[in-house]
Parts: sequence; structure tokens; C-alpha cells
Amino acid sequence: MAQLSIIVNGQRHVNEIADNILLVDYIRETLALTGTHIGCDTSQCGACVVHVNGISVKSCTMLAAQADGAEVTTIEGISDGENLHPMQEAFHEQHGLQCGFCTPGMVMSAIELVEKNKDLSEQDIREGLEGNICRCTGYHNIVKAVQTAASKMQR
Amino acid sequence: MYATRYSKPKNIEEAVSALHAAEDGKLLAGGMTLIPTLKQRLAAPDCLIDLSTIGLSGISGAGDGLIIGAMTTHAEVERSAHVQKQLPALSVLAGGIGDRQVRNCGTIGGSIANNDPAACYPAALLALAAQITTNKRTLAADDYFTGMFETALAEDEIITEIKFPKTHKASYAKFGNPASRYAMVGVFIAKTDAGGLRVAITGAGQDGVFRHNGLEAALAQSFDVAAIDATAIEDSELMSDIHASADYRAHLIKEMSKRALQAIG
Repeated sequence: MAQLSIIVNGQRHVNEIADNILLVDYIRETLALTGTHIGCDTSQCGACVVHVNGISVKSCTMLAAQADGAEVTTIEGISDGENLHPMQEAFHEQHGLQCGFCTPGMVMSAIELVEKNKDLSEQDIREGLEGNICRCTGYHNIVKAVQTAASKMQR
Repeated sequence: MYATRYSKPKNIEEAVSALHAAEDGKLLAGGMTLIPTLKQRLAAPDCLIDLSTIGLSGISGAGDGLIIGAMTTHAEVERSAHVQKQLPALSVLAGGIGDRQVRNCGTIGGSIANNDPAACYPAALLALAAQITTNKRTLAADDYFTGMFETALAEDEIITEIKFPKTHKASYAKFGNPASRYAMVGVFIAKTDAGGLRVAITGAGQDGVFRHNGLEAALAQSFDVAAIDATAIEDSELMSDIHASADYRAHLIKEMSKRALQAIG
């Protein structure tokens, strides 16, 4: 057991955790933030993507202990509670989802991609979302959503 | 995964003591291979020793060469202005590993310590005649990679940095596995002061990364695509698995060599 002190979506949490607990399990089970999904559990699908100190990571492939002292943002932390984040709004507008299971990870990856890169081409977006798998949409509307959000976020 | 202890040493000495104190301790770099391995219960170390806070990350120049700290992530190498200027082929290589999230966590030191036979970095280090510095000594890449998932590292040896010599020409081309982006075949061609002209191949060898003597000799004679075309690629010591036969990998070695040469700068 170790003591974990972590800021998640702006709020500090201090918990005793098992050394081998994964960040995604800590987020979902200890903090009950179930917007972050577990899809494949083998680092392939990206449903569990969150931001740790501003970079996107697969939270199924990081120990919670590794994130001690970090600032974490999950899908629950990107809107202000009233208005959707521009990326969420764009997924809504462009119908960038069907079943929605991949969407939290997709949105978190897409936000980091847009924040870190200007003038993204369609190809850049497709390559940038390589770590996120969607089995419904065929990706076309997801790419459109990211393009729409990018134009709003970078205005 | 099995229960294990986690420790976060503050310096190399503490990391080494933690390794000595553990029965079967494992060093944790970016975790991109180790954590999935633990989750599949393919390994059960009693202690994980996280190297993220002992100051092994960073990129700097060394004369005309480049020094990259062992805990530097693939994303950092990919985006480094220093690397893009001095050794752009390495930036391209780093940017083609896994996906963005893997590149955000995975490290150069972790990659070469694991020495996966399909990893990209081993080809770069071997072709570029890089030197691997540890807490104990400095090793030439030629002596470092000793077989599939095997290296010359001792049990309690920790890679601190990798030094790349002045490079005249370098280029990497890989045929990535469509699912994992691991190299089914990756070819790194380089000309350096330290190592001369080298062609290193990853993803294909039964013993991991290797230099291709035939291609090196052919390119030394004539540095063009025709020389590669005229070289016979023997497949008897290449890997055969569900992804590709040895024969197909031999074909890919030729193709990727041509692509690397065409893109060389």
C-alpha cells in the first residue's frame, strides 16, 4: 500500500492504494469517474485515454502510483458543467459516434492532438488518432468532428 | 496482475539498492511493454522500480553528435528541434513507434533494454554506431545487442544515456505491422564517422537486430537503388511467424532498404 496524492479534474484526492492498481481502475473504482472506459485492456483501443500533466496516456497501461503528484484530466473534467467542450460539441454536431463507447478516449486524444498541433490535415488527424479504435463509425465523422473542433479551438 | 511493490527512487544509487534488495526487481521505464506483460501475468516481479524521477530525461548536443537520456520519451525525440536538425531520421523513427499515447510514455532506454526483435530503436543504434552509457560503463551498440530480448546489461545495470556520433547520412524505413506498428521489417541506413556505412535491420532476424553485410558491401561499392536490387537477401536466418514468412521478410528487407535509400539525407 502506498499513499497517492493526485489532482483529478482540479480536485485533490489523497488515498491509500495498492501498489499494483492501474490508473484506470483508480479513476473508475476509487473515484467513481466511470466516463473513462476500459475497452481492450491491452493498450490498443484507447477508450481509457486521459491526460496526465497535459499529455494523453492510456490509463490502462499506467500504475496509479506512477501518477502520484500529477494533474489528471478525465472526460468528466473538460466541460464547465454547463457548456460542452468544443470537442464534445463537435462530436455531437458531426455525429462522431454511434455506440459511444470509444468516445471519451477519442475526445481526450483529439483534444491533445489539436492543442499541440496547428493546421492539422485530414491525414494528420487520422494518424493522430491511431491509438483510438472505433468499431462503429468508420472514422469519417470523427475526423470531421476533430476538424470542426480544431477550427473553433484554434480561432 | 500479481501483487507487487512499487518504489520511486530519487537517484541511481537508490535504484540500484532497490534492485539489490528485491528478489526479482524490475526497472520500470515508460511501462509500455512491462505493464502489459504484468497484466498478462507473464512476469511477476516482487518490486517495480520507477526510473522516472532520477533525472535521466533530456536531449543535448555533444560536438556534432547527440546525447539522449535513457528516460526520454519517443514523443520528445520526435519533436526535439535538436534531433530534427542533427539527426532527422531519428525523429522520423521515433514518430513512427506505436501510437501517440505510446510515444508519450515509451522511452528510448526502455526500448533498447527490452530489445524486442521488432522494435525500431535497436536498428538506429546499431546503424549509427551509437554508444550506450550505463551506471557502470559505456558500451558500443555492436556489443550491446546480444540476441532476441537479450542485451549485454548486467542485472543491476541501468542505462543512463545514449550517444549518437556525428552523422553524415541517415534514413529509416519500416513496414509496420498494421495493428501494432511494430516493424515487420525496418531498415536503417547510415553513414557516420564512427561506424562508416552501415545497414541495420530490425523485425526480421531470429536473433533480433543485425547488420546486413551484403547490403553494406553493395552500397559501399555503389550508393544507389541498383546496388540494393542486385543484392541477394538470404532468408534462412529470418523470422517466420503469423505476420510474415521468412521469404516475405527477405522481400521486405529489399523494399525497405530501397525506400530508406531514396529518402536518405
